[in-house]
Amino acid sequence: MTVPKGDVFLAGVGGQGTLLASEVLCDAFLLSGFDVKKSEVHGMAQRGGSVTTHLRFGPKVFSPLIEPGKADLLIAFEKMEALRFAHYLRTGGAMVVNAQEILPPSVATGQERYPRDVAERLRAVTDRLHMVDALAAALSMREVRTVNIVLVGAASHFLPLPEAAYEEALSARLQEKFVAVNVQAFRAGRALLQPLTVKRH
Amino acid sequence: MSVLVKKEGIRLLSGNEAIARGAFEAGVKVASAYPGTPSTEILENFVRYEGVYAEWAPNEKVAVEVAIGASMGGVRALAAMKHVGVNVAADPIFTASYTGVRGGLVIVTADDPELHSSQNEQDNRHYAVAAKIPMLEPSDSFEAKEFTRLAFELSEKYDTPVFLRTTTRISHAKGVVRLGEPSGPAFPPGFTPDPAKWVMLPVNAKRRHVVVEERTKALREFAETWDGNRIEWGDRSLGIVTSGVSYQYVKEAFPDASVLKIGLAWPLPERLFREFAAGVSRVVVVEELDPHLETHVKALGIPAQGKELIPIVGELDPRIVRQAITGEAIPVRAPEPVPPRPPNLCPGCPHRGLFFALKKLKVTVTGDIGCSTLAALPPLGAMDSCICMGASIGNAHGMEKALGKDGAGKVVAVIGDSTFLHSGVTGLMNVVYNRGGSTTILLDNDITAMTGAQQNPATGKTLHGEPTRRTDLPALCRALGVEHVYTVDPHDMKRTEEVLRREVARPEPSVIITKAPCALLPDHRRKIRPVYEVIADLCTGCKACSRLGCPAIEWVPFTPEEAVDAGKKATQKGMARISPLLCDGCNQCPPLCKFQAILEIKS
Repeated sequence: MTVPKGDVFLAGVGGQGTLLASEVLCDAFLLSGFDVKKSEVHGMAQRGGSVTTHLRFGPKVFSPLIEPGKADLLIAFEKMEALRFAHYLRTGGAMVVNAQEILPPSVATGQERYPRDVAERLRAVTDRLHMVDALAAALSMREVRTVNIVLVGAASHFLPLPEAAYEEALSARLQEKFVAVNVQAFRAGRALLQPLTVKRH
Repeated sequence: MSVLVKKEGIRLLSGNEAIARGAFEAGVKVASAYPGTPSTEILENFVRYEGVYAEWAPNEKVAVEVAIGASMGGVRALAAMKHVGVNVAADPIFTASYTGVRGGLVIVTADDPELHSSQNEQDNRHYAVAAKIPMLEPSDSFEAKEFTRLAFELSEKYDTPVFLRTTTRISHAKGVVRLGEPSGPAFPPGFTPDPAKWVMLPVNAKRRHVVVEERTKALREFAETWDGNRIEWGDRSLGIVTSGVSYQYVKEAFPDASVLKIGLAWPLPERLFREFAAGVSRVVVVEELDPHLETHVKALGIPAQGKELIPIVGELDPRIVRQAITGEAIPVRAPEPVPPRPPNLCPGCPHRGLFFALKKLKVTVTGDIGCSTLAALPPLGAMDSCICMGASIGNAHGMEKALGKDGAGKVVAVIGDSTFLHSGVTGLMNVVYNRGGSTTILLDNDITAMTGAQQNPATGKTLHGEPTRRTDLPALCRALGVEHVYTVDPHDMKRTEEVLRREVARPEPSVIITKAPCALLPDHRRKIRPVYEVIADLCTGCKACSRLGCPAIEWVPFTPEEAVDAGKKATQKGMARISPLLCDGCNQCPPLCKFQAILEIKS
């Protein structure tokens, strides 16, 4: 499953920790000898709005942006956000989706309904859909803020890096007191998907 | 497989982190800025280096003036701002072009194509041409650091301020950077009086203009030979002239094409353009926003294509570039229709209660730049205009003068603490001076919030984290001549509305300061706060609380059967619920419920 290059699209809701997740992924790639670029938007977009990160790795990366229809892996921190950005996934690409639902303003105020058929619509995009309950895994560790790293753990099955690279990245990136719980979160996330059940192309 | 091995001195940095590093390596001693997306992190990162001085200025004009002063004093100096900040700072910049520098002087302009977090999409390369100041334009983090170092060398060598222009996809994209050793200017600090250079009386400025024109000629020669402007020969049937992040999109979309990469956006290399055009059969200019390179290429009589193919609005990506040049439509899946998720005021935001009250008053609200601009979105929808930093107060005054008696008591300006200090103070001075009667609401949340919590003159802390004297906002307003200055807690909805009604009706200028900390501030988050819940049996589904637009208040829709099962009338369409994970305990919603259904969770 060694992939010399790839595009990873992360989507979530402002405040969910997509930034730290993408930092850890970038560090892990860099530590493993890849060229990496990533792009995201700060400011206005962080106030509870949709947030995305484009992460690209390979022997040499030019564009910091992923083209629609070219992402190899989509990691969604919120179910509906997976659907919003599903068009970035390439044919046959994989999705790791957190089953958590966060209501957008129009739904929270009763103007619209949260779509009930998200999973079905995602499955129509790819048969490599992996829905996980990262919130439950994080809550079971009594640290709701580790949802992001649980998802990195689950997504790691689809990336060409050894587990040690992520753990080294976590140790390098985080304050010492947070390393243990995040390494635990990474492993818990990785255990959510068994390697044998991961569909490969 | 890999081109890079794990070794010392290699870092993954954002463009802004790379500029901060480059400034440190260049030996910058003084840096001044006003925060603004996408430029903010430059100073936040720079201040972490040993032995540097960095500050948040009240606005970009002051930041540039501080940097000019530091340069006069013989040290390397940096000022950083977002694109619209250059509009504010343009006055000193245009004349600093005439004076030149002593210590290297670099002005960073971070542009925002696609308006990710801005009120317009202006292309600041025009400023380089208009102010006759050279402009470097990096295309990734690696170049951002290298070009920053070079900018200081050029500044001293050519006796000129230098612009460094980024865009959002440079500032906020991360890439690999190779760290270098710190250096500095070849002379010690110190000011040498030289009125002919520093005192821009007409007699001196006239002579300096001649110097500026000579300097531009010399820089044009530099542009011809510097390897940051370079031809990458490939397939000669297509030649692309490009710069900045567009270069990366071009390399992605057309890896085999010949490329002329421009690293110095001004002045431009004429001989290089001609050499490139002579070597390829088709020239296309690929740049975001305005046809800057294209205009100058075409002015040389070179037949080229540009904006007839490449969009002038928004940012580019490899797909847009490929499709524009080949003319082939690239099929992609259409985005799935899902409910939108725009940014929103946070749970516990003190602004929410104020705008809720303003909506009830049915007044015209001239707004300003900041988080509060989000109140223009539904369900609050309580803002009628937003132009630029500080505009709200002048806008309200102008509208009041336009409407005469019909406008009395109907127009209110709303502005944040940092924005008021940036450029609202003079607007308020004008209201008093010119016998206006409008009401100004000053949202004092003790931080510059929208850009991610930066200190300002009213917060009592510097960028270095040192305690300092605060600007006393009520005293400042009184000193401007406003007699009626009142401070309210915006979480106290009843009191806030009372004061609003009273002051809006008053025919004299008044200021209402709504004082409560930003809900994201660490001191606030550490406080033990109540959590509220909706008592299901009492909720009638009237939606009075939903109209606040708080992200913590969720609507649970019912079918008639579900309503009956929940012990409600079949006609009740749903009920409200408060997410305990999101509730900030601000106490704005409980008084809105006529049925006393919102109570504090006791545990």
